[in-house]
Amino acid sequence: MSDKKGRFGVHGGQYIPETLMNAVIELEKEYEHYRNDPDFVRELDDLLSRYAGRPSLLYYADKLTKTLGGAKIYLKREDLNHTGSHKINNVLGQALLAKKMGKTRLIAETGAGQHGVATATAAALLGMECVVFMGEEDTKRQALNVYRMRLLGAKVVPVTSGTATLKDAVSEAMREWTTRIDDTHYCLGSVMGPHPFPTIVRDFQAVISKEAREQILEYEGRLPDAVIACVGGGSNAIGSFYNFIGDEGVRLIGCEAAGRGIDTFETAATVNTGRLGIFHGMKSYFCQDEFGQIAPVYSISAGLDYPGVGPEHAYLHDIGRAEYVPVTDDEAVDAFEFLSRTEGIIPAIESAHAIAYAMKLAPTMDKDKIIIVTVSGRGDKDCAAIARYRGEDIYE
Amino acid sequence: MSDIASAFSRGKAFIPFITCGDPDLETTGRIVREMAAKGADLIELGIPFSDPTAEGPVIQAANIRALSGGVTTDKIFDFVAELRRDVKIPLVFMTYANVVFSYDPERFMARCCETGVGGIIIPDLPFEEKDEFQPVCRQYGVDLISLIAPTSADRIAMIAKEAEGFIYIVSSLGVTGMRSEITTDISAIVSVIRENMSVPCAVGFGISTPEQAAKMSSFADGVIVGSAIVKQIAEHGRDSAAPVGEFTAKMKAAVI
Repeated sequence: MSDKKGRFGVHGGQYIPETLMNAVIELEKEYEHYRNDPDFVRELDDLLSRYAGRPSLLYYADKLTKTLGGAKIYLKREDLNHTGSHKINNVLGQALLAKKMGKTRLIAETGAGQHGVATATAAALLGMECVVFMGEEDTKRQALNVYRMRLLGAKVVPVTSGTATLKDAVSEAMREWTTRIDDTHYCLGSVMGPHPFPTIVRDFQAVISKEAREQILEYEGRLPDAVIACVGGGSNAIGSFYNFIGDEGVRLIGCEAAGRGIDTFETAATVNTGRLGIFHGMKSYFCQDEFGQIAPVYSISAGLDYPGVGPEHAYLHDIGRAEYVPVTDDEAVDAFEFLSRTEGIIPAIESAHAIAYAMKLAPTMDKDKIIIVTVSGRGDKDCAAIARYRGEDIYE
Repeated sequence: MSDIASAFSRGKAFIPFITCGDPDLETTGRIVREMAAKGADLIELGIPFSDPTAEGPVIQAANIRALSGGVTTDKIFDFVAELRRDVKIPLVFMTYANVVFSYDPERFMARCCETGVGGIIIPDLPFEEKDEFQPVCRQYGVDLISLIAPTSADRIAMIAKEAEGFIYIVSSLGVTGMRSEITTDISAIVSVIRENMSVPCAVGFGISTPEQAAKMSSFADGVIVGSAIVKQIAEHGRDSAAPVGEFTAKMKAAVI
């Protein structure tokens, strides 16, 4: 794989203000050092197992499989991690790295609030200050997570610029980082932004597919036929794909948020509707107009409501190694309810996009085929919004 | 070679920045002509971007006003072509990488060349990525202006050695916007630049008063002012030419 100088094919790079260049160069150097430092690796493994609850289960969803009547479906249960999503995998790695680098303050962007909660959690645990930038629109959609972050000691800054969603939270976190670099690490939550972030976040999330590969070999004695995960920036998806990339027989399928449909303007399906561009520190695909103005994207899922996609996904798309399929709000909400009823597992609305595609794919496959679907997070945070979507106001 | 050097040939340069199309291109035209008449040596024309990550709230708001007024890269090139009939001072563009990239860099630079825009400042294009546009800039004689920041440290010499047009010294950490105090040791940065390259140095970010402009110009060859002007445009809208012209005269008189 070409990731020399932070490039994935033509994608990636470091398109950031000069003010931040020495900070990302230092980060790259320190990361290269610590990733090979046995003490760091041991400390992180220890946090992942004793604090975050890894390894996460690979659960055979027997009832879901039988109901759909096709391929066997395994669920990689990232929802069972401490803080309720895959975000903790990356955050514990970055927070520990930041601490080793002598940083005392973490800043982060968040969409659905899962990355913000994970960052606030790590900051509390490691005794660091924490500021989380969150689009004002998202602070309303995800009020519970705002409270959780505050409870954990973090300051939550509502971002009112632009569309007041995830992309604006990223912009504001980048602006804050240029203001205060000495003591602050920008704990980026997805496989995006300038090099080395896409690589660092991917490495920390690759634990998902490392475990899933071992688990499926143990349970089934063979590799899966497909791995499915939802894609916003793409951190749980790259984590789910990474250790299967060399296994050509394994289809890798990323599910993008199509919102109200890829033929409408209310969509966040970047690979399906975007064009090559340069934004938020990277070259990749972005939803944009003909003059390169970033489009105001839409999805019911605050965590997938982002106009870009990580550069490694853009590359996997270019070389045809992974497929990126659109899943609408309606399909995701149906899947959210369906998984809750059939398996007693309430998935995050983000993860429900992956479930929705598995529900389409599994019945078309033979019963001896195997699909792994990553349940990237749990859905408690989404209950109020889904109830509202169904016309029911459960509180307020 | 562009015409940028001439901006620094009449003593210290005063370089105002405005966002094209804020609130509309007719107003931008009147402001540019007024600033040129009142002593601006070079004008930085911002092509608005939806998500300007290096800007503070004042210029962010100008970008939104301009885009909601319907301005596009095409309209701005047509506007500059018209402006060039009587505005003779050097002009440079300031915009984000995606605006150039999506327009097709070659087409973009060709139009800069046609309309007499001598340089371009792209805040999200650091030294490591300048090959993205540098070859086409060279081909069309458009200077790709380098930025140096308070955090550049050991990078200053490397950047200065390949600088062209002028060097934009970012006075402070953070984003654009007015500041009560600038604490970076600008003269130390300038002297490292001078050891490596003979190119004019202009200081920007946070300068809003004649006192600050006077102080900064004592360390460098020019002073760039953006937010303080854009704030007046936010206030006066279509009637901004007169107050911005007055401000330009005061600032030009202060740079020494």
